[in-house]
This record gives sequence, C-alpha cells and structure tokens, in this order.
Amino acid sequence: MNNIAVEVLDLAKCYGKFWALKGISFSVRKGEIFGFLGPNGAGKTTTLRIITGLSKPSRGEAFVLNHSVTRDEIWVKQHIGVVPEVSNLYPELSVFDNLIFIGQLYDLPLKRRIFRAEKLLKEFALYEKRNILFSKLSKGMKRKLTIAASLMHEPEVLFLDEPTTGLDVLSSRNLRNLIKKLNQNGTTIFLTTHNIREADELCNRIAIIVNGEIIAIDSPQNLKDKTPSHNLLLIRVDKVTENLKEKLLNLKGVKGVIQENSLFRIQSDEINSILSSIFKLFNEEKIKIDSINTSSPSLEDAFVYLTGLDLEIMKIDKEIK
Amino acid sequence: MFIKTIKKIYFITLKDLKTYYLKPPLISWGIIMPLALVFAFYLKNPKGIREIIPGLIGMVILFGSTSMEGVVITFEKRVGTLERLLLAPVRKSSLLLGKMLSGVIFGFLMGILFLIISLFIFDLNTNKIIVTLILMFFSATSFASLGMFVASSVREVFEAMTLFNFFRFPMIFICGVFMPLESMPGIIKYIAWFLPLTYSVDGLRNSLLNEAGLFSFGFNLFMLIFFTVFFFLLSIFTFKRRLVLEY
Repeated sequence: MNNIAVEVLDLAKCYGKFWALKGISFSVRKGEIFGFLGPNGAGKTTTLRIITGLSKPSRGEAFVLNHSVTRDEIWVKQHIGVVPEVSNLYPELSVFDNLIFIGQLYDLPLKRRIFRAEKLLKEFALYEKRNILFSKLSKGMKRKLTIAASLMHEPEVLFLDEPTTGLDVLSSRNLRNLIKKLNQNGTTIFLTTHNIREADELCNRIAIIVNGEIIAIDSPQNLKDKTPSHNLLLIRVDKVTENLKEKLLNLKGVKGVIQENSLFRIQSDEINSILSSIFKLFNEEKIKIDSINTSSPSLEDAFVYLTGLDLEIMKIDKEIK
Repeated sequence: MFIKTIKKIYFITLKDLKTYYLKPPLISWGIIMPLALVFAFYLKNPKGIREIIPGLIGMVILFGSTSMEGVVITFEKRVGTLERLLLAPVRKSSLLLGKMLSGVIFGFLMGILFLIISLFIFDLNTNKIIVTLILMFFSATSFASLGMFVASSVREVFEAMTLFNFFRFPMIFICGVFMPLESMPGIIKYIAWFLPLTYSVDGLRNSLLNEAGLFSFGFNLFMLIFFTVFFFLLSIFTFKRRLVLEY
C-alpha cells in the first residue's frame, strides 16, 4: 500500500441518466508516469476531477497517498499538483504574481514563495517574462507557467490533463521533455491524453479507457505484445485515391486499417491471402506501391486491437477555449 | 489551522481587490454615479437634498459592494481561474468569504468617500460618526453577502447581472432611499422589511440626520448582521450545489 500514489476503487459517476464512469478501479505506483488513454468523452477528465477533489463520485472512492479524496479533501489538495486542460492562471496578474498567489494559497512562507517562484521561472525559461501579464504570453508559455504554478508547493503527485493539446510540435516536444525531467526528480505523474504516441513515449504504464470503462492496464510494451505481430502489413503508396481506406477495410480478411498520409497499416489474420486482393484493388485504382513490409505492432495498433475503435476517433481534439 | 485559513481568505481578498476592484474605471464609476444622482436631485429640489444623503450613502455601498462581486465568480468560472481556486487547499467557505470581503471593502470605502464629500457640503450630524461607520460597514457586509448569494446561484455573467438588477433597483425604490418608508403603501412597506437596505438607510438617517428612525440602532445592526450571516450561509449552500451540477 505504501508504494501506491493513487488508488481508485469502483469509481462511478452519473450525470442524469448517463454514466460517464461505470465503476473503474486502478492504482498508480509512486514514481511512475501513469497514462490514462482514451478518446474524448471516454471519462478521463471526469476521473481526474474526482481524484483531484473537484467533483464527487456517484459511487466508489479514490485515495491519494493513502488519504481519501472525499474525507481528506484539503490534505489531498495540499499534496497534489494539477495542470488542467486549459491554462487557467489569472490573465490580469503578471507571470511572477501568479506564482506568488498560488504559493499563498498553498501556505508557503514569504521567502519560500519568492524562492520557488524565481527558481521555477528560471527552470522553465520564463524569468525574463516575469513582469509580463499572463494574458500576453504565447500558448506554449502559458502552458509552461500553468505547470510551474502547479509545482510551486512541490507536490508528490502531479496530474496533467491533456498537457500538449493545442500546442505546436516544438512546444509539445519541450513539454514532454519537461514531464520526463519532473518524473526523474521523483514526482509521480498521472497523465490523461488522447495522444497515443505521447502516452507511448512518456508512460511506464497505461490504462485504456473507453465509454467509462477500463479496457486494459499495462506497460506500453505489454500492450503492444498483446497484438499478434505477424498480422501487420505496412504499405506505402504513391497516391491516396478517394475512400481508399474504406475500400481496404472492405476487403475480405482485413481486420483494421490505420492510415498515416500515404502509409497504410493493415491488420489481418491471413496476410498471405489478402495480398492478392490488395494488389487487385491497387491495380484498379492505378496506385503504385512504393514499399511493402510486415511490422511489429505499435501502441496505436494495440489500441485498435484492444478497443476495436477506429484510430481517427483519437485524433479529434477537444475544442480549447 | 485557523491562522492559515484567515491568511488564505486575506490573500484571496487582496488578489481580487488588486485585479478587479482598484481599477480606475470602477473607482471613477463608484464616485461619479452617486455624485450625478446628488446633482440631479439638487437641481430638482435644492432644499431637500440633505434628506436623501443617508439613502444615497446606503445606495453607494450597495452598488460598490455588489457591482463587481457578482461578475467576478461567473467570470472566473468562464476563464477557468475559479477551478484553480477549487483545486487549491482552500475550503469553499473561505473562498467565498475572501471574494465577499473584497466587495465589502470596496463598498465600504466608496461609502466613506461619499460620506466625506457629503460632510463637507451638507450639514450632517457628526456626533454619531462611530455609529455611522459601524452601520456602513455592516451594510457593506450584508449587501456583499446578498451579492455572493446571487453570484453563486447563476452560471453566466449576464444571468448574474440580470438577477442583480432584479434585486438592486427595486431595493432603491422601496427601502427608503428617496422616500421615507412610512410613506410607502402597506404591501411595499412589508416587503421592505425583508431587505437589508431598509435597515441600512433607517440607521444612517438616524445617525446622520438625527431623525427618529423606525427602528433602534441595535435592531438595525442586528438585522444587517442577520442578513450577512443568512445570505452567506445560503451562498455556501448554493455554491456547493452549483459545483455538483457543473462538475
């Protein structure tokens, strides 16, 4: 029990007649990066809101560092940091004043507040911007400052809700490096995301949640191993004709198709028998094959295999205000 | 624990005063609006203007303590900063008290400013200045508490503004600001008994004009404190209920 940072037991949440969570259970070990992976509307944010004390469960219980979230709400909040999906610091306060105010809410003494704020601003390369209003920062900087704010009181567990949503490629990469660094320094990270590659890159373990239920919990490698490796065919083509993905999916023996521009990852139990029908389809469509390979499954393949969902559903970003 | 709670309330109040209240547009509006009203009444009846000064002070405090307060919570909900406060180790009652106190301080300061200007211009009774200040302070707490109840009951900024005006404008006309309560028709007089501005204006008339009010100083003070506690407890209840609905 002492090695557990977060424990969730039979957690359920009902909004009217709709069950957003249907009795999920899992635990997060101290020192790990735990990914909560699922499409939008799967119940990730609902779970996070309950664990962080923002919302009450309809059933079940959540514990953080062995303290009940419902019974010891203030204690739990004192020991966790939360980075919500939307960067939500005060637009009218400066970068520095925002951190100081957060420090005040977490009972940090004056000298400690100033020390922590300056240290974090230097670490996050925001020190030069310390007197600028939060509203004037770029999206990436706002994200970084929101993370810095959640670290003011040096929390033992950090919750990140879709941390890279809406960020450009460079900012996302910097943020992922930052999350790794925080974890190396001993912070337990609970990460909700619908970005499979991000989860694969960062997480020690991943829980896949769909429609309020957990489908699988394991390390990324073990999840990949659950997908039979001989069943994947990688075909790169010179052009993508209309509805090509759907046409491939309709071929007899094809179980799933993941498309990344001109690359198709085709899942099938009988690769040899589907090859001829694929070639026939490409001939009809006047498509030239640039390369063809078999491959070991990625986490995306594992996700499709385990959930039966189309990968496109994971590519839909929530609208960020 | 108690000291820590007080400190958090203080920091929330200070932050709200800094970010929302002590801004030139709000301060100037707080001064210009009552002065414009005084001027308008002065033009109509130069001799009778002194009689409505206590009512105007009550009105200044009412608008000062509620004008921003109602918007702050709904605005913070919209931009997400309220969630930041809810995620911090702060009790919801402390959070609401911190937000309410910023309204109290602003309303009280606006009232004092208007009182000082009035003391220079009009012949008002200064013998009961401590009583006046006590009444003004608890007027601010009762109005801010009422404002907090309204703000915690709604979801959107426009809903808050609509509901505020639904409360504030009738209060001005039925609580004795412009006309003594005694001259009001029966039913309106009874409605006025359930509104805090009535006791604020009655007490201020007594202390500043030396008029025998409808109620004693003690009763007026008791009612203002009662409204403060009643609306504050109600706002904690509605705030928690709304959070359950919204999260």
